[in-house]
Parts: sequence; C-alpha cells; structure tokens
Amino acid sequence: MNELDAKHPLDFDAPRFSIKKPVVRSDAQGELSDAERVDRAMKAFARDMNSTTAAYLESCVHCGHCAQACHFYVTSQDARYTPIWKVEPFKQAWKREAGPFAWLTRTFDLKPAVTADELREWQELLYDSCTMCGRCSMVCPMGIDIAALVGLARHAMFEAGLVPHELWAVAERAEREGSPLGATPKVLKERIEWLEDEHEVEIPLDKPKAEVLMTLSSIGIMKYPSSLTALAKVMKHAGYDWTLRSDGYEATNFGMLSGNLAWQKALSLRLINAAIACEAKLLVLPECGHAYGALRWQGANLYGKPLPFEVLHISEFLARAMREGRLRTRRPTASLTYHDPCQVSRRGGATGAAREVFAGLKADLREMPNGGDANWCCGGGGGVVTLHRADEHRRRAFAIKMKQVVESGAEKAVTSCENCRLSFDDGQAHYHWDRKMGSLLDLVAEHLDEAGTGPA
Amino acid sequence: MTLLELARGPVLTVALLVFFLGTAWRLWAVFRRPRKPDYSAPRSSDTVGGGLRAIWQRMLPRSAYERIGMTGTINAYAYHIGIAVIVFAFAPHIGFIERLTGLSWAALPDWVTYIATAFAIVGLVFALATRLTDDVQRLLSNFDDYFTWIVTMLPIVTGMALIEQTYVPATPMVAPATPDPILLAVHLLSLELLLIWFPFGKLAHAVLVFVSRYRTGVEFTRKGAAL
Repeated sequence: MNELDAKHPLDFDAPRFSIKKPVVRSDAQGELSDAERVDRAMKAFARDMNSTTAAYLESCVHCGHCAQACHFYVTSQDARYTPIWKVEPFKQAWKREAGPFAWLTRTFDLKPAVTADELREWQELLYDSCTMCGRCSMVCPMGIDIAALVGLARHAMFEAGLVPHELWAVAERAEREGSPLGATPKVLKERIEWLEDEHEVEIPLDKPKAEVLMTLSSIGIMKYPSSLTALAKVMKHAGYDWTLRSDGYEATNFGMLSGNLAWQKALSLRLINAAIACEAKLLVLPECGHAYGALRWQGANLYGKPLPFEVLHISEFLARAMREGRLRTRRPTASLTYHDPCQVSRRGGATGAAREVFAGLKADLREMPNGGDANWCCGGGGGVVTLHRADEHRRRAFAIKMKQVVESGAEKAVTSCENCRLSFDDGQAHYHWDRKMGSLLDLVAEHLDEAGTGPA
Repeated sequence: MTLLELARGPVLTVALLVFFLGTAWRLWAVFRRPRKPDYSAPRSSDTVGGGLRAIWQRMLPRSAYERIGMTGTINAYAYHIGIAVIVFAFAPHIGFIERLTGLSWAALPDWVTYIATAFAIVGLVFALATRLTDDVQRLLSNFDDYFTWIVTMLPIVTGMALIEQTYVPATPMVAPATPDPILLAVHLLSLELLLIWFPFGKLAHAVLVFVSRYRTGVEFTRKGAAL
C-alpha cells in the first residue's frame, strides 16, 4: 500500500467507494514547496495552451450566463461556482505567460500571478464543484467550451499535487492495479465464475480472437454485477462473437478525471492493446459516461494514430443490434424516462442511440423537461461522486435531477451510466426518495424475447 | 497644429494603426498556437458547416436551456444594434468613413440615429448596472470591463454634444461645414481612444467571437454533438 493509502485507507464496504475519514485531511500529494507546485502547474497550463484553448481563454466577455446553466451555482447561488470562474487560474496563466500582451499584463500586473494558495482554493472549484457536464459550454454566447477548459485545468492541479485525496487515490490505484475499486483480473475472474454459476450464462474471458471486445466499469463489476449477466444474455441472444479480456477490461478512466495524462494514457492503452491482441473489429464501452469520452474521443489521440477498430458506447451498440434485427424484444409495461449521461449525450454526440433502443423496444418513453442534450447532470460526474467533502453540495444539485425525473411523469427511470446510477443511489438514500435509477442494458436484457414472438 | 488637426491627423493614424495591427496581433496569438491532429473517428465530417452553424446558433438563447441570459441578450442586442446604427448609418459618420476609405452609402434619417443612440445609452447603462449589482458579473469583472464601458460610452456622449452643431457633408464643390472644432476634436479623440483600446480589452470579442464559436462548432460537430 502506498503512503497516502495508508493514511486514508479506501473503504470498499461503504455504499460507494470512499475514504474512511474524509473531513479532516490534507488534499495535497508529494513533499513540494509552494514554488514547485506553482511551477509544475504553470508548465501544465502551458502544455495545454493550444490554438483552440487560446481562443477560449481570450474570448470571455464576463457575461456570467454560464452560471445559470450550472447545477452547482443554481442550487447554491454562490458566484464562486460560476463555471468560467473555475478556470480563472488558467486564464491568469495564459494572460501572463502566453497571451498576446503577456508582457503588458505582467508589467502592469493586470492579472495576478497564480499562487499555490490560489490553486489550493481552486481545488474545490475544479474538482468538487464541476462534473464537466458541459451545460455551461452550451449556453456561452462566445461559444467557449468551459467544460473542456476545466478538464485541462485539472492537468495543472495534478501536476501541482493538489488533487482531492479520494480521486487521487482511486486514480493511483487504477493505474497500479488496473481498477480503481479493486476489481483486479483475479476478482473479475471470480465474479465471472460466480455469475456463470448463479445465472447459468456464459461469459467468455480471454478468448484469443473475437469480433467484439466488451469492456466493463469497475462500478458495474463491484456494485452492479447484474450488468455483466445482462451483457452476457444480450450478446448470446444477438449471436455476437465476443469476449472480455483480463488484460483490458476496465473502461473507467480515473487518470482522466484526476487530471493525470500519463495515467489516462496507460489506462486507455490497456483497452487498445487488448482489442488489438484479440483482433477485435469493435470495442464496446460499458454503461459509463466518462469512459466514452476517454476512449471514443480521446483514445486515438493518446495512441497517436487512428484506432484499428471501432469504438461504441453500449447504448450505440444496442441501437445497432436493434437496427440490424439481432434483438427480438418484448415491450416494457411501465412508462420510462431516460437520464442522459452528459459524456455520452451532450458531450459525446450519442443522444439518439438510447432513443433508438427505446423505439426498438416500443417503450413508452417520456422525456424529462429539458431532457436530451440539455439534460441536467446527476451531480456526480467528473469524479465528484467520489469526494465525500462534496456530498452536501452534490446532493443539493441532485435535487434538480429528482425534480426532472418526477416531472417526466414516467413510472421508471433508466440511464446508461453506472456512475450516474451511483449518484442516484446515494441521492435516493439521502432523500429517502422512492425512485430507483435502472440500467438501459438491464432493461433490454430483461425484455429479450427468447421465445422469438416479439418484434425484431 | 490645432487640437482638431491633431485628432484628424497623427492621432487618427496612430489609432488606426494600433487598431489594425493590435487586432491582428491578438488573433495571431491564438492562431500561432499548436493544433494537434485529432485521430478519433469523426461522426460527421461537415466540420466547416458545423463551425458556421455554431456562429449562427449562439446568437440567441435556446428554450432547452431555459432561455438563460435572455434579459442580458436582449439588452446586448439593443446596444450593439444601436451602436452599429450610430457608426454606420449616421450621415456624418458615413462621411468620415468615406474620407478614410472612399466607400459610402445612403444614411438613415437623423431621427433613426437619435433613437438608436437612446437604445445604446440605455442598454449600456443597464449593462453597467447589472455588472455592478449581479454577484456573478461583479465577481468576474475587472479593469477591462469597466474601462471598456467608459471608452464605449465616451464617443456616444461626446457625439451627442455635437448633435446641435451644423453639419453639411462635403461635396466635390463645397467644403464641409464643420461643427465646433474643440467639440469635434474631443469626439474624434474619444473614438481614437476606443480604437486604441480595442485590441487590448474585451472589445476584441467583436472578432474573437467568430473564432471561439467556430472552433467549438467544429469540435462538437466532429462528435455529432448538439451545437
């Protein structure tokens, strides 16, 4: 166990992964002086100052519209949670070091220099108070992708060793063990054997060759193991040649969420190399929002060339299977609403996939008000659900989500992100809410028409 | 050299140079930064179309987002259009542009400009009041916001002082009848201050808006995401 784990042991028996004493602790990594932390942060900021970032950092007119789009601002009315304010240190770094009038800015101190104390203060704004859901990016009249800037600013925070501890710890563990929640290859194998026995399904592991490489989220493996059974049922029904690989199954990417590019790359390369090893034509990502962003949209760039296989989110995969007539299903009896995972829908462009699945099921889908691309985040994305000190804040934001679900008028709610489900489970327990967030994959698996009489 | 000669001569030249070169430099600071290739398989290849659509679509708040910023947007339209009418549709200003560029067009009646001026002033005052009273805007605001407000308002105010002055546009046969030279010089100098400040502060959003909206449009379209 590394030094920080010993100080703050991870508690896997808790309803969600956590550390045991989160309230009083130091959220800093490494023995660095303040000057070293700032220096490292500034170098990371500089590395991310590409042309598009520069356009964003130059363009803000301080209108503040983004605040109204942010669940953390709306539910707190605290101006500090204004999305563009969360990247203020990044703006300072740009204006002072690389902007068009950097020398003037420095000479007349038009923007203050970034300090270690400021970075410490901003830790809460960049991690606890932002899920990178991207609603702010949609309302910015200047078209600034603020969520992307927050993701980049986290790189600097990681380099400065100023990451909230739980997030740092799960990311480090993911890099070291291959899974943030201890879903090691050995644990995965045991789970598979147990599920195969319990549910009489076949879950292929480590086939040397397969057309489809399915990947998992450790949240699914550890918290929602039924997702694995559902996956096996769907794959058997659809007749795919598929496998799981013990050398590349964990699709969550806490390297990305914590802001460590090297860990992000290492975690992505495991999946990429596993797909190449089994000559897969298609890699399917699990019900996890950020996993989709990490591999579908950033994976090839970390790999350094186009991926030699296709990448789909499970909702896209199900939609395709429906389209190709591979899934014969029964109509769900209850009316349903869908919670769009931000990274799959608004940020990922796959908003239509889940709707196609509902249409294939002939389900009574009742959209939430402002659903789809404008959907409100569950409040737990971007690693926020891991941070216990953010609980109160996150649960306040979750109240918006509850209202949205209720206003849909649907009897049941499903999503396609296990991290969202984790947030819902926590919110449900906290508010004693009588709703439960289900899974799109489970829904399809439960409504497979094995007798073959339903519509295909 | 009189103050008016100064304002019409060297100061105007310097202001225009700073305006054009400074704006070009500011854009260059963005375009010279590296652009990494994106190897992810695009969902849509119509990225140019997406970029242009984003420029258009961000003109108005959308109902899916509770029409966030509706009041601010309507107000911004009021003073942006007001200022555009003042600059490009008022006869003396068209004359000024013609002397500089040789280009001219028909002016709108003066009363239209007076109404536009009212919209611009009320809109700018409302914008400043919001900036001073809204917690979010107050936190985000810095010297640039307030100085930009002043340099935008100054030409309007100094221009209003000239409204009662006689103005006869120049023709090939007749020299223009000029208003009070001091008032006109002050008005010109206030415009020149705006031109000089333009590249350094938030006024440059007038050109940067196209860059940032376009870039986001390109990236989102690539992903097949809504704009």
